[in-house]
Amino acid sequence: MPVNPDLVGRVFPPTPPYLVGREKVREFARAVFAEAPQHSDVDAARNLGYADVVAPPTFAMVVQDITLQQLLAEPGSGIELSRLVHAEQRFRYTRPIVAGDELTATLTVGGIRTLGGNAMVTSDAEIVDATGAHVVTATSVLLVGEGAA
Amino acid sequence: MTELTVGDVIAERSVHLTRESLVRYAGASGDFNPIHYRDDVAVAVGLPGVLAHGMLTMGIAIGTVEQWLGDPARVLEYGVRFTRPVLVDPETGADVHVSAKIGALDDDTARIDLTVTAAATTVLGKAQVRVRRA
Repeated sequence: MPVNPDLVGRVFPPTPPYLVGREKVREFARAVFAEAPQHSDVDAARNLGYADVVAPPTFAMVVQDITLQQLLAEPGSGIELSRLVHAEQRFRYTRPIVAGDELTATLTVGGIRTLGGNAMVTSDAEIVDATGAHVVTATSVLLVGEGAA
Repeated sequence: MTELTVGDVIAERSVHLTRESLVRYAGASGDFNPIHYRDDVAVAVGLPGVLAHGMLTMGIAIGTVEQWLGDPARVLEYGVRFTRPVLVDPETGADVHVSAKIGALDDDTARIDLTVTAAATTVLGKAQVRVRRA
């Protein structure tokens, strides 16, 4: 099944709030070899002016991933995990994510470009905090291969 | 931070990845795609073997410049293309090397270009961080 072109411009419902935990930030920082002290040491983060430990820049993907699950769950989208390749990723930041943030993401499908039997799907997840203020926009380009499915 | 010149190498590092690193990243990120820990699944979908998560490589790459940056709020944008996979051998793992240099400068921002290689191959394309100048 090809990727459904009607998805372009679709805005999905905001995801349920994701509460960023201090230990989750530490766990993620360790996993990406992010050794800067503000990721694990609360005092180091406070010395830089943050309320708690600061997540590494790519932590935004954890929240964005909830939106990509929405996209994968969409009936008739033609997008399936087994045929997906992550081709590009971009983040545009207003501020870093900090432990204690309650984040909500809203996915918009920006464009679908077909190349032979493949489709390049660009989607933007706009991530805001509990006050509605912008934190980061995460943009993925997914290559969806031609498949028997 | 006063004197920056295009072409300056500001940071470099090598990170050794093992299969344990991939399992750790899977747990921390929630990305449990089995191509990152099961050889049989990787081979079945036509890959040469288990690969590192592209997002793990992307995270390692920017981690290289964080000490140089100081305040993490200086990061304005970060983008990469996933051009080549990082194969992680079950016994010998993989070494990811990152070199960060100043790619462009204007009055307010600097572009940092990250060159990321594994097994002598560049694995990320157009890996660029735009930062606020201190």
